[in-house]
Amino acid sequence: MTTAQVTAKAKRDKEELVDGVERYGKAFDSRIFGRFVHYVGPYKMLVVIGILGVVVFSLSQVALPWIIKVAIDDYIVPGNLPGLWWIVMLFIANAIVNRVAGVAMDLSMTKAGQGILYDLRAEMFSHLQKLSMSFFNKTEVGRLMSRVLGDVGQLQESLQVAVNFSGELVSLIGISIAMMFISVKLGLLAMSVLPVLAIVLVFWQRRAKKSFIRARQSISDVNGALNENISGVRVVQSMNRQDRNAVLFDEKNKNNFNAVVDVTKISAVLIPVVDILRAVSIGLVIVFGARMVIGDSLQVGALFALILYIQRFFDPLRNITMQYTQLQRSMASGSRIFDLLDTKSDVVDSPMAFDLPKLDGEIELRNVKFGYDPGVEIIKDVNLHIKPGETVAIVGPTGAGKTTLISLIGRFYDVQRGSGAIMVDGHDIRDVTRKSLARQMSMVLQEPFLFSGTVKENIILDHEEVTHEQIVVAATAVGAHDFIMKLEDGYDTELEERGSNLSVGQRQLISFTRAIIADPRILVLDEATANIDTNTEAQLQRALKTLLEGRTAIVIAHRLSTIRSADKIVVLQDGRVAEMGTHDELVDSDGLYAHLNKMNYAALESTRV
Amino acid sequence: MKVLGRIILLATKHRWRLVGLYAAMIGGTSASLLLPKLFGSAIDEIDGILNGGTYVETAIIGIALGILIASLVQGLLGYAQTYFTESLGESTIYDIRNTYYQKVQNLSFAFHDKQHTGNLMSRAINDVQSMRGFVNQGLSTTPHVIVLFVVVTILLVRLDWKLGLIAAGFLPIASALSVYVRFHLRKAWIRFMEHMGNLSTVLQENLSGVKVVRAFGIEGYEEGKYERWNSKVKDDVVLATKWELAYNGLLRLTFFGVMAGTLLYGGHQVVGSNLTPGELGQFFFYLQILMMPMWNVGGIITSTARAVPAGQRLFEIIDMPSPVQEAPNAVDLTRSQGHVRFEGVCFEYSSRRPVVNNVDIDAAPGKLIALVGPPGSGKSTIVNLIPRFYDIASGCITIDGHDIRDLTLKSLRRNIGIVQQDVFAFTATIAENIAYGKENATREEIVAAAKVAQLHDFIETLEDGYDTELSERGSNLSGGQRQRLSIARAVLVDPPILILDDSTASVDAHTEEQIRLAMEHVMVGRTTIVIANRLSTVHKADEILVMDDGSVAERGTHSELIERGGLYREIYDLQLRPQEQVLREFDVPMPVAALMEAS
Repeated sequence: MTTAQVTAKAKRDKEELVDGVERYGKAFDSRIFGRFVHYVGPYKMLVVIGILGVVVFSLSQVALPWIIKVAIDDYIVPGNLPGLWWIVMLFIANAIVNRVAGVAMDLSMTKAGQGILYDLRAEMFSHLQKLSMSFFNKTEVGRLMSRVLGDVGQLQESLQVAVNFSGELVSLIGISIAMMFISVKLGLLAMSVLPVLAIVLVFWQRRAKKSFIRARQSISDVNGALNENISGVRVVQSMNRQDRNAVLFDEKNKNNFNAVVDVTKISAVLIPVVDILRAVSIGLVIVFGARMVIGDSLQVGALFALILYIQRFFDPLRNITMQYTQLQRSMASGSRIFDLLDTKSDVVDSPMAFDLPKLDGEIELRNVKFGYDPGVEIIKDVNLHIKPGETVAIVGPTGAGKTTLISLIGRFYDVQRGSGAIMVDGHDIRDVTRKSLARQMSMVLQEPFLFSGTVKENIILDHEEVTHEQIVVAATAVGAHDFIMKLEDGYDTELEERGSNLSVGQRQLISFTRAIIADPRILVLDEATANIDTNTEAQLQRALKTLLEGRTAIVIAHRLSTIRSADKIVVLQDGRVAEMGTHDELVDSDGLYAHLNKMNYAALESTRV
Repeated sequence: MKVLGRIILLATKHRWRLVGLYAAMIGGTSASLLLPKLFGSAIDEIDGILNGGTYVETAIIGIALGILIASLVQGLLGYAQTYFTESLGESTIYDIRNTYYQKVQNLSFAFHDKQHTGNLMSRAINDVQSMRGFVNQGLSTTPHVIVLFVVVTILLVRLDWKLGLIAAGFLPIASALSVYVRFHLRKAWIRFMEHMGNLSTVLQENLSGVKVVRAFGIEGYEEGKYERWNSKVKDDVVLATKWELAYNGLLRLTFFGVMAGTLLYGGHQVVGSNLTPGELGQFFFYLQILMMPMWNVGGIITSTARAVPAGQRLFEIIDMPSPVQEAPNAVDLTRSQGHVRFEGVCFEYSSRRPVVNNVDIDAAPGKLIALVGPPGSGKSTIVNLIPRFYDIASGCITIDGHDIRDLTLKSLRRNIGIVQQDVFAFTATIAENIAYGKENATREEIVAAAKVAQLHDFIETLEDGYDTELSERGSNLSGGQRQRLSIARAVLVDPPILILDDSTASVDAHTEEQIRLAMEHVMVGRTTIVIANRLSTVHKADEILVMDDGSVAERGTHSELIERGGLYREIYDLQLRPQEQVLREFDVPMPVAALMEAS
């Protein structure tokens, strides 16, 4: 990576962090909310049932004290016992309605919610499949993981909150109305403490927000440190850093502890506030209720129901405030999720894109210019013509643009229109579907990557039609068969994380086998033999000779011995083709290649003395 | 049960928080239990007025003040209870996190070879949270619920024993239900956690291996893998919710039944003048107090159901004995002379065939030993045995005559510098990364090390120079730069013993030449063991060990081995002679062509 890239990346990371903090505050963002609504579509029926459930559930909750009030005032106090039976029946009926509605509400909302989360996770994943390499160069894997799993998880939490929230809102309205029905005067009296609560909540919110942000940041520090030290444990142990790291980790851990306790201290303030305001409200109702009784305008049951209502009234209020913070988090998560979904890939199939026909394997680069960051050109005007079946080696010093060049041919990045073109069999690769290109081009990359699963699964990937014999033949050809058979279960051996139970060379041989199975017209090898020992490499070279027959191949290698047999050698220097020709031609021309060639052998030559 | 007991034991270490919690709980609960009595008196007072009694304002105001004071006490102690509960839970997971972190950091390579990072992280994040949930619920909510149950039942029975028994009948039903549901919920959550783990593995690998995914055009195949776990995760949550709902539904319905019974029976008692309206009111208020924690029972069950598998997963790691143990009477190795000896060393990864078989090495101080051989022949394993990343099965490894198993791990590793195959950079500045093994290194030392590793010139081109922050795993450095960083790290530690594992494999010829020269300087006065695929990096070795299938096939100096004409000679020839010629010599039948025709 160049200096400019390093700095640009550091800057981006910093900006994103600042951005995240600013965004965190909003608890409601109509734009984000509007987009969520869009996802509800497929689950409309469930949501309708859920909302009906919420309303019925809340109303039956409100009805409960009312029924008791009626029972006391109209049946128990006058001594109407047969009537009491009926009212108890009504009570039970209401209870059943309450439960049925409650289950309908929770179940339909959970089903709808899980469906939406499933859709979101799936959409994010398939969106990630479409994004180009330039996105992945800029974005850390951990960060993406936390988008897809963490942020979606936040939404899951909010789902329950949203259901409760709407339920509490309906109850709140229902309770207010019921209280006013009993007595307008006492109802208003009971609610007279609400302005005080409102003022307290405004101040509380401001203070609470800060501490919530701090808590969230501190936990991500803890998890970040943990993740890094697990991934880098081999370095940690070989550098004897355990003690020092434990101290550093403890600092972060302690910081998180303090932040979370701080959050508790602040959020728990609402407990005494609500308890006291409720007591004031009930006290007022009792004192003034007693006065009203003299005027015979209040019954015992009514006073009883009022106290029950007031007790219920404050809980939703408190809960709504608590849930507010969860909503804030979800909005932040939602905005991050949509940011990801809105990220445009800079490699997109054009609407007119067609599938490539079976290729001959001719490749042509016409005046190709390319850079990852604006203003920094890595490839500066490269022209190259590769005939079908030809093997071309690309050599050059670090940073010359070798890997970039083959990344362009594989369409990991798109060359901008007007900055030249890459043609395969005469088709501009920007006019064809990326998939049809990828299916006819195999790449063996510098760092072999293996997936969890068996050796066999890693070789065949999605070529499920391949027989076991074909796999064995391919693996034998590249010299992978012998070591695979030595593994515990042969081809069915489960690989440990990224194949860490294999050496890098062995992993690379599996990638070679994978490339053969894909049966491509064009084969690209990016320093693929760097980690393979000489002995195996010789075997591999022999296999490659056959493998390359009839295929177009582009090879990047540092080992000149690997390159010698190429039909054409392209020497890249500073984004340009410096020299081109066969090994002998280039050695004779006494240019950069001749120099590199000498250097590679200097060491060994010296021992012969 | 054992797991839960252990979690509780961990929490009870924070004694004063626990004492504070229970003091606040008892005080707050007492105050809250006064309230229904006061409400009842208020109703009776008013009922008295209705039935021709006199209106005494002071009595009413007295009751109202009583309510206010009781609520004030309840509120303040409620605050204290919440504070102590949360801080207890947080202190507990603070301890667990530290323990877990230190354990994971110190477990040997054999452990880490088998563990996915994602899996270890999920334990640290999700399972730790589940434990916190259980500490809160188990140590605070559960006793609170139990106390309320017992005290309220006693109060109710004293008020009217028949009514009291109706209410108390609720308890056995609830506990029977909870046992049944807990079992199913626990199963559902275990499944959920497993599937979530699989989902995140697929995701993580898809992202880390994005180049392979793109190169082979297997996006659709990957989506298929992902979809499988994604839909399972969804189903798991819905299933778990169903169990919770069934439980909650039955519990609440039972509770409503109790209320209905109270209303009917209590109504009759009031009409028969055995109970005042205020006492009936009290009954309802007490029932309502009961109701609040009852809603929490669902939470208690869920948190317990989650805590058991979570605790098991965490304790499994915490209790795991590291395969590499320091001897109880281990001694410190002071600065070593650098004499490394292997005597009949054998090693095998668990349950597999031996990977190192009867190897003898004698690396005298300052000597250079090179390991050569095909992949999987045991080269990396051999060097990993010296710092005791793995322990040998038989034979013995000594440094300056001390068996390495008799030395403290710290002092042993301090004497060994390692440049590993997989270079790892940490999120920190470049200077901090270089000084990773030597914290108090001065800037001069760091720069000197960077110069030796040929990294200085590059660093100087960066805007912030040595203070440039590296991002995740040094992804803003190229492979070659990271490798040189790793070399600088080892140089700074200045170890008497140096291990180079394939360290110059993926840099171009120009850079390699520079590094080679640098390494030659670094090796002076150190015992060095090199693994390299390139003969150019090993030809100067005092002794070359040619490994084959875990055993030493040949050993000697370069010229001796060349003369012998064995495996080494073969490798040597392959490196030097033009590929064309080699290919002609090895006329091996190529079955690949047959394959290509077949497919």
